[in-house]
Amino acid sequence: MLARDDLNPLKRTPLYDLHLLLGARMVPFAGYEMPVQYAAGVLKEHLHTRQKAGLFDVSHMGQLLLRANSDAPEDAALALERAVPQDILAVPKGRQRYAQFTSAEGGILDDLMVANFGDHLFLVVNASCKDADEAHLRNEISDVCTIEPLPNRALLALQGPRAESVLAKLCAGMPSMRFMDSGPREVAGFDCFVSRSGYTGEDGFEISVPAEQAERLAKKLLEDGDVLPIGLGARDSLRLEAGLCLYGHDIDTTTTPVEAALEWSVQKSRRAGGARVGGFLGAEKILDQFASGAPRRRVGLRPEGRAPVREGAALFAEGNSIEPIGTVTSGGFGPTLNAPAAMGYVPTALAANGTRVFAEVRGQRLPLTVAPTPFVPNTYKR
Amino acid sequence: MTTLFTSDHEWLRIEGDVATIGITDYAQSQLGDVVFVELPKVGRSLKKAEAAAVVESVKAASDVYAPISGEVLEVNDAVAAEPALVNSDAAGKAWFFKLKISDKSELGGLMDEAAYKAHTA
Repeated sequence: MLARDDLNPLKRTPLYDLHLLLGARMVPFAGYEMPVQYAAGVLKEHLHTRQKAGLFDVSHMGQLLLRANSDAPEDAALALERAVPQDILAVPKGRQRYAQFTSAEGGILDDLMVANFGDHLFLVVNASCKDADEAHLRNEISDVCTIEPLPNRALLALQGPRAESVLAKLCAGMPSMRFMDSGPREVAGFDCFVSRSGYTGEDGFEISVPAEQAERLAKKLLEDGDVLPIGLGARDSLRLEAGLCLYGHDIDTTTTPVEAALEWSVQKSRRAGGARVGGFLGAEKILDQFASGAPRRRVGLRPEGRAPVREGAALFAEGNSIEPIGTVTSGGFGPTLNAPAAMGYVPTALAANGTRVFAEVRGQRLPLTVAPTPFVPNTYKR
Repeated sequence: MTTLFTSDHEWLRIEGDVATIGITDYAQSQLGDVVFVELPKVGRSLKKAEAAAVVESVKAASDVYAPISGEVLEVNDAVAAEPALVNSDAAGKAWFFKLKISDKSELGGLMDEAAYKAHTA
């Protein structure tokens, strides 16, 4: 194949052989060989996840434990608060929270999940950022915390309305979990970390399992007639319909949490007037944007026609204006919407729902309407 | 009636000086579920290798190039209205457009079915 095989070989997850057995089409993604789709194809995989249950291999993502050297769990929470604008101290044991690592300039280095496991924190970060995240944490908080990456754990996501009934057969007590509950649990006899969360807008679970048991667990889940394996293609269309950001596309070091419309994820305790205001990287810029607004904003966009408007398309205020006002950062076709959907950045003055903007696609200006997200209502069990 | 193929996975059915053009079954299987098709305007004059139509799956957009030069005589509105036809009947009902062939010598560079099968093997 290509020279990169020698220089920078693609990594494989513990489910690689199973993917091939299941007829996956494998593609390079974030340094891994990952299944983009299986025999059913993206459209059917997407719809199956919304109707029954889909199993995703997300073992490429980074899993880390943070432990305070003092053994006082609140010290780990307070240390992590230097790197994220979220309130980590207030996350109760057995719960998790969505967070972002921010840069000194207020941009987003990565987005992540943080769970309180009692005497330590469990973090799940993006595959493409995991090495940088680990180095960043060592730089910022290793005075207080031990940072332990967990490369020997796989991560499976079971998503969709039947996820609960499927997993209940393998995990006693699981149905009592609610959205964003997270903690160690035995699944099919394996020592797992289970959270009720995901990246599809559906109810569902993410299951961290020791690598050597991942294939057996995946096979047990796939034995259930309600479960199909789902590739990265449908994972992307599902998260787009759910209005969820993809790191490196909708958010990156040039976008702040305020510009990215993620204010909801920054608790009041870290904002002006809060008990622990600021004290995180980029606080000056981010708190200033909370007070005075940001110049641009991430919005949902619904193309008025049938043509998908994809990442990179320039946005314009008018059908004939010359200067672009922003860019589409994610876009495609939503199988459940049965229509195209997109998101992107526009000036805050044009960010109100119902505002009409135009995207340039193959030399034509196509009209889109700023629209609320999620595009497809989520079904979380709160 | 002759059917010819391009290395870009289009088929051409030649009847007199008219070519009916679509994408091959191999192409649709590689694209996956087709969700959008954009066709050229009737009357447009296409040059060989010019982007003539667009076919989009959930994942990506692909151009369909004019395999030969000619004027667009007719387009298949049924495939624009129901893009999934491309997946179910790429070589039949899902034709894209008909061209009035302007230079028959351009057909010489195209493949017959046996050569196309070898190309995709």
